[in-house]
Amino acid sequence: MKIITARRISQVFFLALFLWLCAVSILGEGWWQWRGWPVNAFLQLDPLVAIATLATTGAIYRGLIWALVTVIATILLGRVFCGWFCPFGTLHQVLGYIGRRYMRVAARIRVNTYHPAQAIKYYILLFMLGAAAWNLWRPVSPLFRSTLQTGLLDPIPLMQRSVNLTFGTLADHAFRPAAAGQRHYEGALGIGAVFLAALLVNVLIPRFYCRFVCPLGALLGVLGRFALLRIGKTHARCSDCRLCHVDCEGACDPQGHVRPGECVLCFNCTDTCPDDTLRYATRTSAAGERPWPGMTRRSALVALGTGLAAAPLARLSALAGTNFVPGVLRPPGSQAEDEFLARCIKCGQCMKICPTNIIQPALLQGGVEALWTPVLNHRIGTSGCTPNCVACGHICPTAAIRPLTIDEKLGRGEFAADGPVRMGLAFVDRGRCLPWAMGTPCIVCQEVCPVAPKAITTSDVFEEVTGGRLHVSEARDGVIEVSGVAWLPGQWATGDFHLQGAGGQPRAIVESGERTLRLGAEGEAVRRDASPHPGQDEEGPRAGEDVRIVVRLQRPVVSPALCTGCGICEHECPVRGLRAIRVTAENESRHPEHGVLVSGKKG
Amino acid sequence: MSVPGKTLPTANLTRREFARRAALAGVSVAAASAIGALYRRDDPRPATSADRRFEFGTYAAPDTAGRLSVVTGGDRAGAVGRALELVGGMGAFVRRGERVLLKVNAAFATPPIVGATTHPEFLEAVIAHCRAAGAAEVLVTDNPINDPATCFRLTGIAAACERAGATLVMPTDGAFQRYTQSGGRLLCDWPVLAGPLAGVDRVIGLAPIKDHHRSGASLSLKNWYGLLGGRRNVFHQDIHTIITELALMFRPTLVMLDGTESMISNGPTGGSTADLKPTRTIIASTDPVAADSLGVTLLGRRAEDLPYLAQASARGAGRMDVERMDVKRAQMG
Repeated sequence: MKIITARRISQVFFLALFLWLCAVSILGEGWWQWRGWPVNAFLQLDPLVAIATLATTGAIYRGLIWALVTVIATILLGRVFCGWFCPFGTLHQVLGYIGRRYMRVAARIRVNTYHPAQAIKYYILLFMLGAAAWNLWRPVSPLFRSTLQTGLLDPIPLMQRSVNLTFGTLADHAFRPAAAGQRHYEGALGIGAVFLAALLVNVLIPRFYCRFVCPLGALLGVLGRFALLRIGKTHARCSDCRLCHVDCEGACDPQGHVRPGECVLCFNCTDTCPDDTLRYATRTSAAGERPWPGMTRRSALVALGTGLAAAPLARLSALAGTNFVPGVLRPPGSQAEDEFLARCIKCGQCMKICPTNIIQPALLQGGVEALWTPVLNHRIGTSGCTPNCVACGHICPTAAIRPLTIDEKLGRGEFAADGPVRMGLAFVDRGRCLPWAMGTPCIVCQEVCPVAPKAITTSDVFEEVTGGRLHVSEARDGVIEVSGVAWLPGQWATGDFHLQGAGGQPRAIVESGERTLRLGAEGEAVRRDASPHPGQDEEGPRAGEDVRIVVRLQRPVVSPALCTGCGICEHECPVRGLRAIRVTAENESRHPEHGVLVSGKKG
Repeated sequence: MSVPGKTLPTANLTRREFARRAALAGVSVAAASAIGALYRRDDPRPATSADRRFEFGTYAAPDTAGRLSVVTGGDRAGAVGRALELVGGMGAFVRRGERVLLKVNAAFATPPIVGATTHPEFLEAVIAHCRAAGAAEVLVTDNPINDPATCFRLTGIAAACERAGATLVMPTDGAFQRYTQSGGRLLCDWPVLAGPLAGVDRVIGLAPIKDHHRSGASLSLKNWYGLLGGRRNVFHQDIHTIITELALMFRPTLVMLDGTESMISNGPTGGSTADLKPTRTIIASTDPVAADSLGVTLLGRRAEDLPYLAQASARGAGRMDVERMDVKRAQMG
């Protein structure tokens, strides 16, 4: 078998595996669901994730240690990851191949020859590592903290996010429309546009992303500096036919002074070389090689320094401090904001696994730094945050969202003293809430509140309805008649309306005609939760008495000591536009300084 | 034939070329004019859904009206069997080869132990009785409040269906059709969960007994709320009327209330076993109003405390005067 056949088989296999792992990132117990599938495998094999989080957190978290496999392979063999395993690279290669088919040979040689701008990816890498570096000197001022931005361009998180949130979601609906409800992701167009643009540019320049942009490619290029095996020429002089450049994926100039840092080990050159001059061997190329990235030390320091400067600049707006955005709610178990921004790689795994689809990619509401990090949106999705679910923290590859147990999330068992994990606090907007503002019964929020005892209780009142002041003209056997009205039959007999005489307890209206009302027997007057006053007002209103129709309203009141900010109330609120009950980041567990209650414990 | 991008040779127009060009021009004019068929004078208005109207079928088994049984004590499955026996056995309601829909309460994504949803043991027992009676297919459905897939999984209802051999039907978007209740005030052109009801011979409601702050109690009638789709939460503004209209949608084959553990406080979500009281009662009835009138007493409340029961019975959905009915009672160990 030719080596390029082996390479193609490897690429197809790992692309298929990647897509399969995306497809099974669904909560459930079926074989086609998460279960034991290593859904983070590619993220964990990505050394940029490991190295960048090592810089921001000082540790390699759990499965990220797998990146050592890639690192060691790269040290020994060169950028084998790029040419053989990277699923994003495979897509680039396929599209580049299609684009090249329409080029003449001379144009293909030209487009596949090294371009000095290929150094840009090293600058991107240095900039991002610079921005991630501050925590190496911790503790320093809260301004000088790491921000982890590699995920914006790191190909594995980029592709994971793009497949999870855009094309994978669309495919999911196309193939399994009955299995789940429609999933939505805010700003998916932007995520999809970056992905598509990166792919389509291959038609003009093959592997454009790998050559010019990819910070992971840059990192692997440097790691492979001392690779034992490398592409090179056996003789300094060959026929210089340049056929080796026709299909060169890395634009690494095998014909001239080869650049091992750019070579993605596609082996197209060794395959096409008519003289068999090119080999993958331990020797250095007989024509000489350029082992270092094409940038000066000075410009490298500038890139690193710019990154170092960017992180504190971003923190000057205090979005991770006193100027925190109340609408930015993080998933349960999320780290405090500055630690969160030092860990989140924007891969979108939590957004994919969330069974209720409330974890959404942030736009710019949390600051530029927080672009595409997970935030909760209680208007999208099938419910708020399910109390008995901790999926997001268990899929998160970097512990930006900590893996909680159900006991810890709900504050049970050994966590009883800490209370539940709170994501925020629900506030009733009394200007929009139906019972508070519109004299209309509702309390859906109280009903759906999953906390025991309920974090939403009601304050019960009887409020006079519009046009409810009446003068009784006749009264007999619990039926009263009034003059000067023209009601719809049954209008007041819904069970919520009551009649109240001067100083008396409201009595339920059980039947209503065009001008008549029949009142319930004594005892129906008030509901179980109000205290009845037997004996008083037993006769009901008399002729000539002034009475009023009142509606019994249960008005929701939130207890900050009990509310976990799950958002189920906000999701279910029948005021569908701007909800009449909304969760904001007050009281969230991850920031004790956002608390609203005087007591630190539980509240 | 001209090729795009190629320069045509200049030549005098031949007769043949003119005829060809005229014919092509004629076809093009005809095609352009044909688009005129799409002309319309009336302005676009929001779509009305007069089409795809849904009507409920007849689900009550013949000559079974007014049957009511109450079994106290015993284990859940045993009490279900005894309660069914007392109303005539499942065979009186489900014939061989019939398709049965069990409407459970799976509203919340909570485990069975907190009692906010139909208990899987209760469901499993009823499925077994349906199958023993020869049901060709047993379907189970609900349109929960929380995420449907999570609800069915966490409540143990999905697993119970799998164990007992019933088919769980998800409330997908396509499963809803518009329904208008004649004489209804709220249920006008409203999406209902029609998919699982299609081709079904019998409908059995299986509900827990729960406290419900807005309506007083969530029992078998409130359980039909889970057949509604759309922005159904607005109906809380007139909860008693909507439950009355739910009661008038159709006569079920049977309803069963599981009061093994009743949620006496913090309903309808509960969330803690502290909200439950071991009332150890199973109620079966062909009359949901009667079943609820008895069921509410397990919460320490009276039927008269629930305005919707009076309204539903006044409109002929069932009887509230259970003391005048032939209630079959049994006490188990």
